[in-house]
Amino acid sequence: MSTNSKVLNRADLTKRLVGKLKHDEAVVAGIGNANFDLFAAGHRPQNFYMLGSMGLACPIALGVAIAQPERGVIALEGDGSILMALGCLATIATVAPRNLTIVIWDNGIYQITGKQAAATKGVTDIVAVARGAGIANSAWVRDENHFEQLMDRRFETGGPMLLAAKIDDEPGVGKTIRDPALIRNRFMKGLGTGRGGPLDA
Amino acid sequence: MTWSSTFVAALKENDVRLVAYVPDNVLTPLIEGITADNYFISIGATREDEAIGVVAGAWMGGMKGVVLMQTSGFALIANALASLVVPSQIPAIMVVSERGTMGEFNIGQTYVARTMRPVLDALAISHHTLTDEATMPFIVDRSIKQAITTQAPVAFILSPLLTGGNPASQTKLAKN
Repeated sequence: MSTNSKVLNRADLTKRLVGKLKHDEAVVAGIGNANFDLFAAGHRPQNFYMLGSMGLACPIALGVAIAQPERGVIALEGDGSILMALGCLATIATVAPRNLTIVIWDNGIYQITGKQAAATKGVTDIVAVARGAGIANSAWVRDENHFEQLMDRRFETGGPMLLAAKIDDEPGVGKTIRDPALIRNRFMKGLGTGRGGPLDA
Repeated sequence: MTWSSTFVAALKENDVRLVAYVPDNVLTPLIEGITADNYFISIGATREDEAIGVVAGAWMGGMKGVVLMQTSGFALIANALASLVVPSQIPAIMVVSERGTMGEFNIGQTYVARTMRPVLDALAISHHTLTDEATMPFIVDRSIKQAITTQAPVAFILSPLLTGGNPASQTKLAKN
């Protein structure tokens, strides 16, 4: 598979992405390195860090996007994780939420479990899979500037967008606090749906 | 009222607007009732764990949701329940049409069905087997309210006693 893409770095691109968020966008980051690097880019109240349920970052983000259609929602997911849940791309294409953006970090390996090869290392092209599933606005990221340009234009086509970036094999640079109930509580507070009330003062 | 229209009424009464489902024969009247009603946002999911993820995300975004599935679909979601819904304290509402019992013709369904209640019990998830229309409205309404209030998932198992079971089973069961 040839994508004509520069090999990029997940932590760097995650920082660039977070730097572009000016409207309290929700970010749902998949298990492992995707959420470690989101955490390392600086915690935001609208971040959700997955500590399990591999493959569900995009479905969770879809749920947020449906519940809050006026808020931009971004899913960050690894290639191994999305390979586990390719069907959700068809669901997202069918629902077609204009406020949902998916970013796939593709290093071609299961980095966190010992760098075993994934299908994306060889023959599987995630952008082609996404287009075939019906997400027409799917693209490989050529380099850092291209990533930022694509992020800026993500609402232009009126449907969901999927970006995939070829990245290096570096592990995530941060470590998320491992407390799912706390993470969920803070995320809901960040989305304005928590029920803390005076407890949040 | 049929069991499906009773269920639709209970969902509306409790402001449960998002319905994510994987199709099933027994669930057909419920799915048809929901997809024909503009009150609901219905999502046809490709897998049941995907449907759980959508409903979990919607809850965090402020919208209540329910997942409709068959017993074999429930067998796919143990990880989503154990590593997302339960530890995050998300009140996912689940409706499972029960196959594998009271006239099952598919041996695989009989084994799959036996995994359901042990998984629910292992995770201490409240579950109610609905067997008749007389008690169903009370059970469903109170249990949805309990799930939301206590931030805990709940499963409603639709017994063949309530639904009549899979309509294909009668002709497929051996006549011996």
